[in-house]
Amino acid sequence: MGPPRSAVVAGGGQMMGWRSLMQPHRIVLMALFAGLVVWCAISLRWDWIPEYTPLAIEGAWRTIWILVVTTIAGFLLAIPLGLAQAIGPWYLSVPAKTFCTIIRGTPLLLQIWLLYYGLGSLFPQIPWIRGSELWPYLRQAWPYAVLALTLSYAGYEGEVMRGAFAGVNKGQLEAANAFGMPRFTMFRRIWLPQAIRNVLPTLGGETILQLKATPLVATITVVEAYAVSSRVRSDTFIVYEPLLLLAVFYMIIAGIIALLFRRFELKTGSRA
Amino acid sequence: MELILDTLGLAKSAELLSLSPPGWGGNLLRGLANSLQIAFGAFGFGLLIGLFGASGKLYGGVVIRDLLAIYTTVIRAVPELVLILILYYVGTDLINQAASAMGYGRVEISGVVAGIWVLGIVQGAYATEVLRGAIQAIPHGQIEAARAFGMPPFMLMRRVTIPAMMSYATPGLANLWLIATKDTALLAIVGFSELTLETRQAASSTRAYFTFFLAAGALYMIVTLFSGAVFGRIEKWARRGQPSLRGAGK
Repeated sequence: MGPPRSAVVAGGGQMMGWRSLMQPHRIVLMALFAGLVVWCAISLRWDWIPEYTPLAIEGAWRTIWILVVTTIAGFLLAIPLGLAQAIGPWYLSVPAKTFCTIIRGTPLLLQIWLLYYGLGSLFPQIPWIRGSELWPYLRQAWPYAVLALTLSYAGYEGEVMRGAFAGVNKGQLEAANAFGMPRFTMFRRIWLPQAIRNVLPTLGGETILQLKATPLVATITVVEAYAVSSRVRSDTFIVYEPLLLLAVFYMIIAGIIALLFRRFELKTGSRA
Repeated sequence: MELILDTLGLAKSAELLSLSPPGWGGNLLRGLANSLQIAFGAFGFGLLIGLFGASGKLYGGVVIRDLLAIYTTVIRAVPELVLILILYYVGTDLINQAASAMGYGRVEISGVVAGIWVLGIVQGAYATEVLRGAIQAIPHGQIEAARAFGMPPFMLMRRVTIPAMMSYATPGLANLWLIATKDTALLAIVGFSELTLETRQAASSTRAYFTFFLAAGALYMIVTLFSGAVFGRIEKWARRGQPSLRGAGK
């Protein structure tokens, strides 16, 4: 999906020079903002923090861990999906396209619930799954969360990679062919790196979107950052403070992702 | 018909999905209607915000531009789910305070209005960026010409900017509409009975999880594919009179 997704990185990665920050109206705005922060720190309730710190760290760690695992696994899945759609024969491209359309056409929350409640109610009825060594894991919620988020990322990225593979300059592939480069080497050395380089900004935006999708797994009892804030809310009836802190947490992670991708882009020269 | 369903082993599913009770089909369709209502409202509200936001970002003063930059950056960096909760509580608090200031008791806010308010503000941030890009893509001379003829700003927007930017904005807006329809599912978490929550209730009371979640998925897919076709028509209409670029890049 185009404009709003790629725009995420452009907005987050905007580097401001010291001079542009020092304009009078910005100083006033920053002073107002600092005042707001001080007001929040003084007049809102923060006494719940020490009690919930260990849980919050655990939750934040789980959010990051889920994000990293699902983006990497999803991206690895997206490469064959994109390739199948770009150059595959119809019996590969049609299923790949159908998969991407379905993933992109239904809400992620529905997919997560389908996998968790659907598979979760189906598996106990099958004896050999109950007997297998994987059963202790399949009884927990996180494998379903990781699976759902991985498939979702793969579905969106498969579409992105299709365009990326199709966009690589044909002459380069022909040149590699003419030199007698084996097909896999050509793919590994020329086609894939250039395809990835071309869509790095989009991938950055998609990764931020994936971060924003992680709180959904709290609905299937995975205790990540969002679930911790929900627990604070239901335990202490403090509404705004945990949510504000949570929003700040997500903004920091989104900023880090934007910075990381900016560095990748500068390194690979995909941003002139 | 029944024979086919029986041989496929789908008779039970068809019974569960039938429109009249004890089937849950009616509930699903009611949920879909709620979802679409909110999606329409939020999309419209978001477009309105986006139109003003884009104008502010392009033609506004320095302070307005900075504030809008903060708005779009923050909204796009924080998960929708967190925003929905924050905006939901802020909205109900504000309305209740206003109500008690005017001497009324606690007001119960309808789910549809709350959903439209919450998702509309989220959509507005994205719409601002889409419309800003589209307005910037208009050849500058067209707007300057209209200004040179002394067109007032509002008429300029209505007669020149909006028609000229439509062809650039439609793909982005189509994406936004799809995001709006799918984001309505998040309202299930604040307990609003749209399609996803109705589905979950039906599924957990009948234990037929696959049947209901797949049925709901099919409903969402129908909406997605149908809107894809509609937006395709709109884009074609918005591009009327523009030369075709097919084959130009080869």
